[in-house]
Amino acid sequence: MAVLEILTLPHPLLKQEAAPVEVFDDELRAFIADLEETRRAGPAAIGIAATQVGRLQRLLIIDLSSKPKIPNHGHLVLINPEITHWEGFELGREGCLSVPHYTGNVIRAERIKLKAQDPHGAPLEFEMQGFEARAVQHEVDHLDGLLFIDRVVSRRTDLFQRKVYQKAGG
Amino acid sequence: MSAWNMLALVGEDKPGIVAQVTDVLYRHGWNLGEASMMRLGGNFSIMMMVQGTGGKEVLRPLIEPVAQALGLRFHVFPIHGGLHRHLVPNIQVRVNGADRAGIVAKVTGALAQQGFNILELDSDVAGTPERPIYIMCIQGFAEATVEALQAAVDAAKDTDIQVDVSPIETFIG
Repeated sequence: MAVLEILTLPHPLLKQEAAPVEVFDDELRAFIADLEETRRAGPAAIGIAATQVGRLQRLLIIDLSSKPKIPNHGHLVLINPEITHWEGFELGREGCLSVPHYTGNVIRAERIKLKAQDPHGAPLEFEMQGFEARAVQHEVDHLDGLLFIDRVVSRRTDLFQRKVYQKAGG
Repeated sequence: MSAWNMLALVGEDKPGIVAQVTDVLYRHGWNLGEASMMRLGGNFSIMMMVQGTGGKEVLRPLIEPVAQALGLRFHVFPIHGGLHRHLVPNIQVRVNGADRAGIVAKVTGALAQQGFNILELDSDVAGTPERPIYIMCIQGFAEATVEALQAAVDAAKDTDIQVDVSPIETFIG
């Protein structure tokens, strides 16, 4: 296993859309192990996306197992994640391994439904809320070439000005 | 790089102030760091970290004409510190109630005794002129628990003031 280099802004790969994972082999699983080691090596990151280490494939890891007070599904490897349903909206603070020394407020959907695959290609489905839903939305954004600073809003922003969560460009 | 100076400008708000002030700085080779602008009671106010060759003796004469033309008062002073020194808040405190003297002093006094460091503070007076409502939102960092902070402000505040202390979870990923 190896700790991979985290790309930081303005690296051009961070702005690119990642391609779906099609081959679920040992090489993929070895990469997942490296990505997990990379997530754990830095400052306390709850999530990481393959794009952040320069591999443009739709793959992310989130781990909220250290936060028992927050509803969550623990440690998750999500391959080809697809958010199929958004509901509600919530303002929350985010930071990013790829944007050091900055945190900002971002509006995210409060509840989501999600389809994905596990490291062997088996289908997964989740319903998530709050902080965990935020984590997935932040990481899926990476796979679409978006950073949280593309969505950041002023701390004085009135949450109720926006009625629906919109995908960028939507 | 030379040291940072803080440039503070205050005056009646109108469009174009930021553009004109930063244009002067840019044309004379001054660099901007962190900055925050607020509109308070219809007044434009901004604090900005600026960096360039020479100290306030150089900066003052640059800003003087543009400030005068825009009707702004300004102040320049050297500061310690620099960029990349952010602290991430872990506690939010929301306060609201009938506007009356001493709300901020009582609440922030209780928080300070618990070692709470205020990182961001916004306050406003809502309601009507006859029945003003004071609203304040504070974000900061404390080692103390939410429960300990809530108990401390509850003991210090007047009964008709609502104070809600809650955790801030910052997602990093």
